[in-house]
Amino acid sequence: MIALKRWCSRQSTSLLLLVVCLAMMVFLSIQTQSFFSLKNVVNILEANSYRLLLACGMMCIISSGAIDLSVGSILSFSAICTAMALKGGLSVGLSIPLALALGGIMGAINGLLIHFTRINAFIITLATAFLYRGLSLIATQGIPITKLPQGFRSFGCGDLFGMESGVTMALLVIVLLTPLFYHMRWGTYVTSLGGNPEALKRSGVPIGRYRVSVFVLMGVLSALAGIIVTARLNSAEANAGLNMEMDAICAVIMGGTALHGGRGNLPGTVIAVFLMGLIRNGLTILSVSSYYQQFITGAMLLCAVVIAEFRERKSRIG
Amino acid sequence: MKQSILSINQVFKSFGRIQVLHGVSLEVQQGAITAIVGDNGSGKSTLIKILSGNLRPDRGEIQIGGRSYHGLTIPQAMDLGIRTVYQDLALDNFKNSVENIFLGSERMRGPFLDRRAMAEEARQLLEDIHVQIPDLTQPVNHLSGGQRQGVAIARALRRPGSVLLLDEPTAAMGIQESHSTLQMLSRLRERGMTQLIISHNLHQVFALADFIYVLRSGHIIAGAATADTTIDALQDLILRRESEVEEV
Repeated sequence: MIALKRWCSRQSTSLLLLVVCLAMMVFLSIQTQSFFSLKNVVNILEANSYRLLLACGMMCIISSGAIDLSVGSILSFSAICTAMALKGGLSVGLSIPLALALGGIMGAINGLLIHFTRINAFIITLATAFLYRGLSLIATQGIPITKLPQGFRSFGCGDLFGMESGVTMALLVIVLLTPLFYHMRWGTYVTSLGGNPEALKRSGVPIGRYRVSVFVLMGVLSALAGIIVTARLNSAEANAGLNMEMDAICAVIMGGTALHGGRGNLPGTVIAVFLMGLIRNGLTILSVSSYYQQFITGAMLLCAVVIAEFRERKSRIG
Repeated sequence: MKQSILSINQVFKSFGRIQVLHGVSLEVQQGAITAIVGDNGSGKSTLIKILSGNLRPDRGEIQIGGRSYHGLTIPQAMDLGIRTVYQDLALDNFKNSVENIFLGSERMRGPFLDRRAMAEEARQLLEDIHVQIPDLTQPVNHLSGGQRQGVAIARALRRPGSVLLLDEPTAAMGIQESHSTLQMLSRLRERGMTQLIISHNLHQVFALADFIYVLRSGHIIAGAATADTTIDALQDLILRRESEVEEV
């Protein structure tokens, strides 16, 4: 009984989000018959698969006490390089690892700059966000690269187990990240980077290696998201992924990850992404203007941040 | 005379133009408690940071295990058996006692953390040093000062070591908690653990240490067996004007 109480207390954010999700689903099902269908649920998952990938990476970043504002720019630049490579005759089998490696390198640049300059991650990734976006614009001159090979499109948005492959990829990432984050050294050290990096350093752990690895993971996941977005649109463009980092940060904070790092919540993040997708989908089905979507997302984030901050203060006092 | 396990010879350290340590030399004897006393800003914590590998001296050498080093890194100091309990305790407040005790040296089962084995070993360790923490799964920011100190000491003792460095072990503690921490250190001495304690509390040092050094403005100005000196004599040395001090 005590164990159950403790588990509920630890998962209170995820459970609360789950209740809100269920309430939304019931409300939307009553409002419109087309909502509660398997097709629509699959639609929501498909439309949010890349957001899930970005939010999972961002959850690790925020747990480590950092932030990454260059996610959308990495997504765009890696997708453009991949599209250019495909257009140049590179095979799909080679262009996809190339995109992932590029994402990883851009993430590593962020991590190395933050570690060695000791400048705040917010400032460094804000600068690299402009830098990577600028590279995308220079490479394309603002012209989208379209008509990509069918093989690439099949990889990014082909049918796999009755839904888009992006959903399968996102689920696979969640399945792999769960033990890595909760049951292995990597997750322990990443959260300690957010909790007390000095304690970690004094324990003999090479903190630079772990700090860079989180950003590499974020870069790789951004590139994977870029592949999905490009394949779905059949077009790579410099403005792709604009503000996507904001959606990811929003989901992570709503999901119960500590604002200043030290603690992460993967299930909460996943549910928060789904909830945000549900709101977008519901408002679209109800023919509500997209302007209200932004307003509602903003209001939800504000509530989540205020609740999280008060909880953290209470926990510090406790 | 006990055998020396750690010695520092002519260690200098400066930060920019400020010279913090001026050729500090001292010896730590095996199985004994050696204390370094001094006022704030005398260089005590800098010395501990040099020994634990957090800082590199500008000059001088550290002798441990029959070898000389011009500076240590944190992993190197750990490999040489130097265990440190920092003044700020260096605990991750989001993590529980078990996770803090094993931070950096987790017990693994394949690629996964062996939480059950770690909890069992942590319970045993805390029991050995008489620290009572009813719920080991609570984050350490919910613990009292004494319990947090106990977690930090248990972490230092988890891996076999040759010297335990303690930087102001009772700073910011209440009377009761200070008393139980001092008892804990006393018990460690009975078990043969060599300790180097840094403190500005002379009464506690006299109750605990076998040998005392006085550090003043980066100079070791005196060193004596506790039995051969008095609190008043040391207090006088610490407070005396710079010009009146002759290096011992």
